Amino acid sequence: MALTADEVRYIARLARVALTGDEVERMREQLSNILDHFQALNDVPTDDVPPTAQSLDLANVDRPDQTHPPADREQVLANAPRRENGFLRVRAVLEA
Amino acid sequence: MTTKARTEYEVVVGVEVHVQLKTRSKMFCACPRDYYNAEPNTHVCPVCLGAPGVLPVINREAVHFTILAGLAMGCEIPAESKFDRKNYPYPDLMKGYQISQYDRPLCVGGALEIEGDDGPKTVRLERIHLEEDTARLLHRDDGAEPYSLIDVNRSGVPLMELVTKPDMRSGHETAAFLRTLRQLLRYLEISDADMEKGSFRFDVNLSLRPRGTQPLGTKVELKNMNSFRSAQRGVEFEVQRQSAILESGGRILLETRGFVDATGETASQRSKEEAHDYRYFPEPDLPPLRIPAEEVAALRERLPELPDAKRARFEREYGLPHDEAALLAETRARAGAFEEAVRAAGDPKRARAVAHWLIGDVARHLNALGADAELADTRVTPAHIGELARLVEERTVTASSAKEVLDAAFESGEMPAAIVEARGLRIVSDAGAIDEVARRVIEANPKAVDDYRGGKESAIKFLVGQVMREMRGRADPNGATEALRSHLEAGR
Ligand SMILES: [Zn+2]
Repeated sequence: MALTADEVRYIARLARVALTGDEVERMREQLSNILDHFQALNDVPTDDVPPTAQSLDLANVDRPDQTHPPADREQVLANAPRRENGFLRVRAVLEA
Repeated sequence: MTTKARTEYEVVVGVEVHVQLKTRSKMFCACPRDYYNAEPNTHVCPVCLGAPGVLPVINREAVHFTILAGLAMGCEIPAESKFDRKNYPYPDLMKGYQISQYDRPLCVGGALEIEGDDGPKTVRLERIHLEEDTARLLHRDDGAEPYSLIDVNRSGVPLMELVTKPDMRSGHETAAFLRTLRQLLRYLEISDADMEKGSFRFDVNLSLRPRGTQPLGTKVELKNMNSFRSAQRGVEFEVQRQSAILESGGRILLETRGFVDATGETASQRSKEEAHDYRYFPEPDLPPLRIPAEEVAALRERLPELPDAKRARFEREYGLPHDEAALLAETRARAGAFEEAVRAAGDPKRARAVAHWLIGDVARHLNALGADAELADTRVTPAHIGELARLVEERTVTASSAKEVLDAAFESGEMPAAIVEARGLRIVSDAGAIDEVARRVIEANPKAVDDYRGGKESAIKFLVGQVMREMRGRADPNGATEALRSHLEAGR
């Protein structure tokens, strides 16, 4: 299942990854190989299997509405490259 | 010569509303949900920070709140529901995706009754689903570069999204829907639904079509409205703008526009024109939810009496007119205060009087405190109102003294009967005392006396007013009228 170069560029844009022309071609091959690999799943007969969004036989994993003390802010911000007045600081990001 | 008739356009409106739920903890972690007065990044943990390797766990109460909303609006509650990942890259999403619901929402269909432009109207719902709120971004510029500050406190707050069908036909109906919805959410006590605090946010989708035709026109999405009034103005502005374009043969662009409060106009937000591709897929960390019928039935039991039902009962049970009943049923707190005051008044027949106090002088005191003030925010209780209504009806005080008693009660919190005694406001029914004042008033007002004797019956009202004034509002008005009449007739 071969992806087109346009499809690779589209996926790259969704992930906000800039690719050079060479990289587009390399990714096109690698991503196509991955898709081919997963094609094996299509060979499994599933006519008798009800559709599900879950592979585990679990449901209703939930919790009561109770609070725990949150994390220490110093620890949280210690991992941030930049901070300002208790906020995390990032470069301006324009949507889309 | 005939002029070509102008095409009349009809606007078709649907809304999307985001409501923060009033749980104790967040949607998928145990951080405290209420961040309103919290310092930035103090209500966070590895889960809502989107740290690698963490496991979200569903807050059952948030699920219940959403189902309560659905039941109150007659939605179907499917037996199975699930969460999905909605992917988009923006720094308000700590994980790079938002946990939301794509094709299996908690509530499907349903409707809300509103006061439409032509009477009662049903606005149908598409669905209600549950998701998590995003972090809050503040955009700054320090001169060297533009940048953003991130406060993660809001990240992971339970957020209920409600989508309507395109059933509204004007700015007024749009605002009416939003008001009715907010009232319902507050009745259910599942959200503050406070626009200023960001717990009630909405977008409007609208299009125009020639009146009497079916196909929908090009859809425009309106954002940035932060009041019911701005929702109405935004829709009305778009009707003007788009009608003018269509009239001159132009075409409407499929776009997102922002409402500008200062001008009442809308402006294109070009950055969002391209179609999003969210690449939804089932959230692998969250097994599906199964909602057994017994659980739905138990939640149905939790539903309080809703605004419309309460209003109808007030009309029926207490003989109140529609508008008064609707005003009293506007908030659950006010409705509760009303019924408590009627009980305190000692006789259901005094309900009308209690209603008048609450809608009139009490409302005046509350409005002075703020738009959302309730009786509970003051020193006056329903017992005060009930006692006051009883004192007036039992003719212990006159209506005009009663206003003074109420003002004093708001000041001190003292009970009306005690205020009446302390201030000597008990009604004066002593015929001798009233007669003495009536005589003086007649002497001092020859013009009104002449008017009355000349056949102007209403002149006596003025004279009664003078007696009341002389007696600082304490005279029994019936006694005063009688005394005046006997003097006036005698002197003919
Ligand atoms: Zn957390």
